[in-house]
Amino acid sequence: MATAVLTTAPVKRDDALIEEFGYDDHFHEHHHGDKYQSNFVSHYIFSQDHKMIAKQFLITGMMWAIIGGAMSLIFRMQLGFPEESLAWLQPVLGKWIAINEDGVGTLVADFYYALVTMHGTILVFFVLTAGLSGTFSNLLIPLMIGARDMASPLLNMLSYWFFFISGTIMFASLFLSTGPFAGGWVAYPPLSALPQAMDGSGAGMTLWTISLVLFVVSVLLGGINYITTVLNLRTKGMSMWRLPLPIWAFFVTAILGLLSFPVLTSAFFLLMLDRGVGTSFYLSDIYIGGAALDHVGGSPILYQHLFWFLGHPEVYIIILPAFGIVSEVLSVNARKPIFGYQAMVFSILAIAFLAFIVWAHHMFMSGINPFIANFFVIFTLIIAVPSAVKVFNWIATLYGGDIRFNPASLFAIGFVSMFISGGLTGIWLGNSALDIQLHDTYFVVAHFHIVMGVAAFFGMYAGVYHWFPKMYGRFMNETLGKLHFWGTLIGAYCVFWPMHYLGMAGVPRRYYSFDNFQTFGHFDGMNKFITIAAIITFGFQLLFVINFFWSIWKGRKLTVKNPYQANTLEWTTPIETGHGNWPGKLPTVQRWAYDYSKDGIDYIPQIQPIMEGETHDH
Amino acid sequence: METRVDQQIEAATRRNKVHPHKMVLYVGITSLVMMFIALTSAYIVRRASGNWLEFSIPGIFYINTLVILTSSLTLQLAHRAFKRERSGAYKGWIVTTLVLGIAFLVLQYMGWEALAAQGVPLKINPAGDFVYSISWLHAAHVVGGIAALAVSVVLAFVLKLRRTPVRQLRLELIMIYWHFVDVLWLYLIIFLSLQR
Repeated sequence: MATAVLTTAPVKRDDALIEEFGYDDHFHEHHHGDKYQSNFVSHYIFSQDHKMIAKQFLITGMMWAIIGGAMSLIFRMQLGFPEESLAWLQPVLGKWIAINEDGVGTLVADFYYALVTMHGTILVFFVLTAGLSGTFSNLLIPLMIGARDMASPLLNMLSYWFFFISGTIMFASLFLSTGPFAGGWVAYPPLSALPQAMDGSGAGMTLWTISLVLFVVSVLLGGINYITTVLNLRTKGMSMWRLPLPIWAFFVTAILGLLSFPVLTSAFFLLMLDRGVGTSFYLSDIYIGGAALDHVGGSPILYQHLFWFLGHPEVYIIILPAFGIVSEVLSVNARKPIFGYQAMVFSILAIAFLAFIVWAHHMFMSGINPFIANFFVIFTLIIAVPSAVKVFNWIATLYGGDIRFNPASLFAIGFVSMFISGGLTGIWLGNSALDIQLHDTYFVVAHFHIVMGVAAFFGMYAGVYHWFPKMYGRFMNETLGKLHFWGTLIGAYCVFWPMHYLGMAGVPRRYYSFDNFQTFGHFDGMNKFITIAAIITFGFQLLFVINFFWSIWKGRKLTVKNPYQANTLEWTTPIETGHGNWPGKLPTVQRWAYDYSKDGIDYIPQIQPIMEGETHDH
Repeated sequence: METRVDQQIEAATRRNKVHPHKMVLYVGITSLVMMFIALTSAYIVRRASGNWLEFSIPGIFYINTLVILTSSLTLQLAHRAFKRERSGAYKGWIVTTLVLGIAFLVLQYMGWEALAAQGVPLKINPAGDFVYSISWLHAAHVVGGIAALAVSVVLAFVLKLRRTPVRQLRLELIMIYWHFVDVLWLYLIIFLSLQR
């Protein structure tokens, strides 16, 4: 019997396999002494090595996550405990805490809006775009496709440094005497277009715009590289249909970013002309203090169209990398091939396509034609189909698997839970009729935080726990990881689940205080509960940060190349992966990435040629 | 700087027939195209909602279209001379291209002045503002091309002409980009002429 033969057939060590079947590109004859990483600056700072750039993106993203998360705690305290004194925050926030004659400190309303705006901007762009896609695309694309590095290491380095400068400028705007921009992360005109509209609309908005334009440059430089690398630098045998799913996800993410971020640049270009030159693309008939402004003939709806043409693909730019990471982590830890590999790829492509034709569902209440809204409703609801295919396949992958419960797989499973919970409310919000009640309420806040905020974070955590040994040669502490998982899972649901009820009752988002709305008075207790849950959940994230940095230096050491018995190429590199990734020849690929539990063999790496008596292959 | 992946790039080029750096440029151009598609779409949407000043595009913009089309042709001729290692012809054509590129910018500026002179200055109506802003943004991309051309003109006179793969690649990258800003302008002028 074929199976019996195979289980006893010796599987060669990966070094031997690479030596026998590998592909000699003469890389190391040309690169003695690793001149690109020879000193501190070129190794750790202006590194052109994709693995180091990935770590730079990750750690910068973590810093931003802490800042952005802490901001949410401050405005949650205002919402949950408006009567409590916040005087103790004055050393940090300074004049943004107003202290009355009784010594009671309150958050200044303008700064509340600034915090909400910055929280959104930071989390969406700096953490979940740069921190997620930037980290894992950089780390995994060359390693998983068998490349020495990115197509253009120089552009790759510039991508990080544009991100860094962009972040520095945004950070500087926090310290302006007029405060950072406060008109919401979407920066709708007129609040964004008129410097005199509110405090943050002046210098704050100028810095915000400059920062985001630099950020777009960073995303494009990165994305161009990811696309070119995937298309051009795959090793021999690595056909597109043998790519591991994370690579498909990063590839499509990069395409989305490449097609949508330039549109945001165009929107900002016209916005800057309105602000600086005095044109009227977005402005018309505005009265300030009774006096009419010169601007005539513009339309803020135009900005909304341009913004959401980026804005909607942006949510998929955030969630697709998480899809890919979760698919890989689930398959490895369930010891089963991913269920429906091709369906997974096609559903990623379908979601990416649909992402471009649904933007106006963010504008149902902005005064668009209801007949046109119908098309957007239909396309929006169709997204549920490929999403459901993916969810079904993840669950089918887990079904009957010999599941290893470690932090990575727990977060991957948690991701599926979050994605279902948040995805279902998306079907509600996709209806333009239901939107009349639900738009701009906490229902929307709950929906997008669960489906793209928390879910994307879960994908990111799954990735960090899973590939930490590849990054640092050590494991993260598993007990702390599991504690982190359960705290985050329960905490996140405690924070965002109750918000659905607030939203259905009509509680509007972005309000500083509900004192003047008696009808919302009975939600005081719920708001307190949410705030407390948010603080506790944030505490669990600090646990992760501690675990992360502690493990870099003190974690359990990696002793084997392939600790998870995984199939993909990154686990055939040495534990201390140097520049060029493989010390000798480049591995060649003989099969797809998901031969787990095949013919009675636990796993068959991609570099293993088809063996005698094996059943049909990919 | 980037010699370190050269070996792999060479192998990849043999397999894929497109040099990764060209691929980088193609992909980058795609994103620039999206920027202009966004602006011209915004133009259509804004125009449909009324309060729109109708005027004709100054003739100088059409003349200028011929200028930039010619510059693409001369660059192509420069490329041919380069491949045949004919130094004199190469210098002549590449300088001509640079001069035409600068002439394009000058004529664009005169076009903006002509537009203002015919009663459509900046800020009077979004219809005019769109023409200005779109052609400004295009001109900014032409400036980038001119910078690259200027470098190749300097190198044409400093270095002895030898057809090496690296230098041919550089010239071809510039050529791809320059044809792009050319075709982009063609699209924009046709768009602006038809949409009124």
